[in-house]
Amino acid sequence: MSSHDISEENLPEQRGAAQGAVRLADEKNPFADPGLPPHEHRRQDVDERAAKRSERVVALLFTVSMLATIAFIAAYVTIPVDKAIYVFPLGHISALNFALGLTLGTALFTIGAGAVHWARTLMSDVELVDERHPIEASPETRAKVHADFQQGAKDSQLGRRKLIRTTMFGALALVPLSGVVLLRDLGTLPGTKLRHTLWSKGKLLVNMNTNQPLRPSDIAVGSLTFAKPEGLEEKSEEFQDEIAKAALMIVRLQPEDIKDKRELEWSHEGIVAYSKICTHVGCPISLYEQQTHHVLCPCHQSTFDLSDGARVIFGPAGHPLPQLRIGVNDEGYLEALGDFEEPVGPAFWERG
Amino acid sequence: MSTTTSNESRSRGKAPAGERLADWADGRLGIYSLAKANLRKIFPDHWSFMLGEVCLYSFIIIILTGVYLTLFFHPSMNEVEYHGSYVPLQGQLMSEAYRSTLNISFDVRGGLLIRQIHHWAALVFLGGMFVHMMRVFFTGAFRKPREINWLFGFLLFVLGMFTGFTGYSLPDDLLSGTGIRFMEGAILSVPIVGTYISFFLFGGEFPGHDFVARFYSIHILLLPGIMLGLVVGHLILVFYHKHTQFAGPGRKNTNVVGMPLMPVYMAKAGGFFFLVFGVIAAIAAIASINPIWTMGPYRPDQVSTGAQPDWYMGFAEGLIRAMPGWEINFWGHTLVLGVFIPLVLFGVVLMVIAAYPFLEAWVTGDKREHHILDRPRNAPTRTAFGVAWITVYMVGLIGGGNDLIATHFHLSINAVTWFVRIAFFVGPVIAFIVTKRICLGLQRRDRDKVLHGRESGIIKRLPHGEFIEVHEPLSQEQMYTLTAHEQYKPVEIGPTVDENGVERKVKGSEKLRAKLSKAYYGEDSQIPKPTVEEYREITSGHGHH
Repeated sequence: MSSHDISEENLPEQRGAAQGAVRLADEKNPFADPGLPPHEHRRQDVDERAAKRSERVVALLFTVSMLATIAFIAAYVTIPVDKAIYVFPLGHISALNFALGLTLGTALFTIGAGAVHWARTLMSDVELVDERHPIEASPETRAKVHADFQQGAKDSQLGRRKLIRTTMFGALALVPLSGVVLLRDLGTLPGTKLRHTLWSKGKLLVNMNTNQPLRPSDIAVGSLTFAKPEGLEEKSEEFQDEIAKAALMIVRLQPEDIKDKRELEWSHEGIVAYSKICTHVGCPISLYEQQTHHVLCPCHQSTFDLSDGARVIFGPAGHPLPQLRIGVNDEGYLEALGDFEEPVGPAFWERG
Repeated sequence: MSTTTSNESRSRGKAPAGERLADWADGRLGIYSLAKANLRKIFPDHWSFMLGEVCLYSFIIIILTGVYLTLFFHPSMNEVEYHGSYVPLQGQLMSEAYRSTLNISFDVRGGLLIRQIHHWAALVFLGGMFVHMMRVFFTGAFRKPREINWLFGFLLFVLGMFTGFTGYSLPDDLLSGTGIRFMEGAILSVPIVGTYISFFLFGGEFPGHDFVARFYSIHILLLPGIMLGLVVGHLILVFYHKHTQFAGPGRKNTNVVGMPLMPVYMAKAGGFFFLVFGVIAAIAAIASINPIWTMGPYRPDQVSTGAQPDWYMGFAEGLIRAMPGWEINFWGHTLVLGVFIPLVLFGVVLMVIAAYPFLEAWVTGDKREHHILDRPRNAPTRTAFGVAWITVYMVGLIGGGNDLIATHFHLSINAVTWFVRIAFFVGPVIAFIVTKRICLGLQRRDRDKVLHGRESGIIKRLPHGEFIEVHEPLSQEQMYTLTAHEQYKPVEIGPTVDENGVERKVKGSEKLRAKLSKAYYGEDSQIPKPTVEEYREITSGHGHH
């Protein structure tokens, strides 16, 4: 900091001892500190009956706490864990949770209320004064510590033995590297994993809900169908990882509504298949507006136009949803004609 | 213990057991020296000082309930089929983590209560820290010697956010999994190393089978361990510095006025722990929080609408929702600015408030200790800056809930998003200007009160028919309190050319400092407080107007 360079005359002068803490009103200075006001007695300080009343209130609160704890145990033992009760205005809620929470809350709250009431009404409320002491050490202490440090440094000969110093710093700098190296096996390297999905030429589009391969006739205009690649079963070990990339949404448009030329080429009878994973940060897109052919990601509201190459028309997504090229096989089922041509999901450094 | 004292005590009969135990401990731990300085330590009283206590107590509640939850929670992502007592999810595939959370909620008696207390206390903890931090900010309690404690507190706030995030992600439900996915997308946007960090964090591709176990050790060990250390350090420093106090009669920068730790603060603060715990337990009894059974287990291809993070992450969420989707492609690489900029901004906005005390200390050049709190109005530029910062934070929160705001108030989601985009820049400027004006207005009112007295509400009719309001002069206590604040003068660079015509070099940093100082303490930024002369002239002269 360079504040030493500038004079410190902008600091206000200290309002110090001159204004003192004397209680006598200062004739010269109407704004002087009049000092602590005299203590005002509370009712309990002067009236023993009031004090007794306070004592009884505190004792009552502590007693309520004891009773509440007993009620807590009783509720725990007697109320079945699956019992639901109707409580206005909360609706149907777990009876046990309600009873345990309120009894525990009462048991705790009344201890607190009792303690605070005790402190406020019965304990002395005379304000006391403590002096503060500067945090900085006195010049003598400071000088002593500096001298001690220099003596210690001299005794160690660290300054003189350059070889020891250099090698020690070297060793201390290198040793944490072992820890860094050990982190390597936290995960596999990305490689090209983010570029590929389970889709490949000839894989059938399987309805996510019915687990049946889809035919073009299954897709009605205006409907939104979710699909997965044939062979990916929910029970399989890698299901979560694979569906996170391969999830597909299928809609049918009127072929003349499709504005994008490539989209039309990659579609089948107006049926288009797009990645369901948002290109923003990877939420699954699930809201489809059939009149406008817009899909909306419910997480961050990126909106894509499915009739125009899934172009981003609003929101934070940076590029269109990847389209899957589809066709129909000999048996009349919808099939993929290859993998996505670009990585699905959020963009990343190596995406290009 | 010397023989003489033991002889003495024997002759008086045995000392009470408590006293003997204390003697025993003192001989080994030196507790008497510690207690000498602290047993009757004075704490000043003000309602706003309890905000920090709320944080401390909710932190303790979180640890207590968290330990209980670890007894039943299984941090495993193994897929299992559910056959527990919650009927709607019968036969569903889910991770063990999700199943054990269902068991805690439906089969362990009191498990749901402890889970809800844990989660509610976490919300209170973070809310408490936010408000406590603002209390410290607006009263200038961060000034020397408390800058380090300000940083401790700031770190606790940031770590608290991440502990909360890792915590609510553990049940592996659909909502929190979506949050994890969002985090993964944000990590992927980091240039050069993003994909590697993501693969190392998730043990390979998202979601993998590792993150629940990893988040578990981060959530229950790593972060709370650091936080516990910081909390202890925070409290030691509060004791060591002694608490700040507001100006008032008898309250000086060199003393501390209040009640002693024993018994008053032990009873009040100890009692307050039970009050906080009791209220949170009652909330957990009546208000459901994070009902993971209604959301179902996480699947990367499913999502619910209205997905929201916990409130303290809403600000980051808002930044990412409002940012336009900028992407730059070059030489086979992608710079995902649309996600990376919000990620950086999230850090920058937090760092700005953390660094503020050091900026102010540099501008004032003040090296003295400050133990008297400022009233926010008496530091208009600081107060205005703080309100501007809060405005940015709140705009972020609005952005984070743009879908809910749109559906609840029947607004267009696009309009809400555009509002956030504009308000992020315009809001803080307006807030700054308005707050500063309000502060200056309040300073003027204080000045008038000191010089002309308090408006009594009594209307007097003068003989010639004029109506006037009687102003009652303030007591000396009130006048002292209203004039106790210090006012800095702006720094001057001074003439750059001396009398011999030799030019003096002025560093750019000095010029900047002088400019900032003028903005802080110049004529437009504070109302001079009344002087004794002004007061004399008015009170001795023509009476009140």
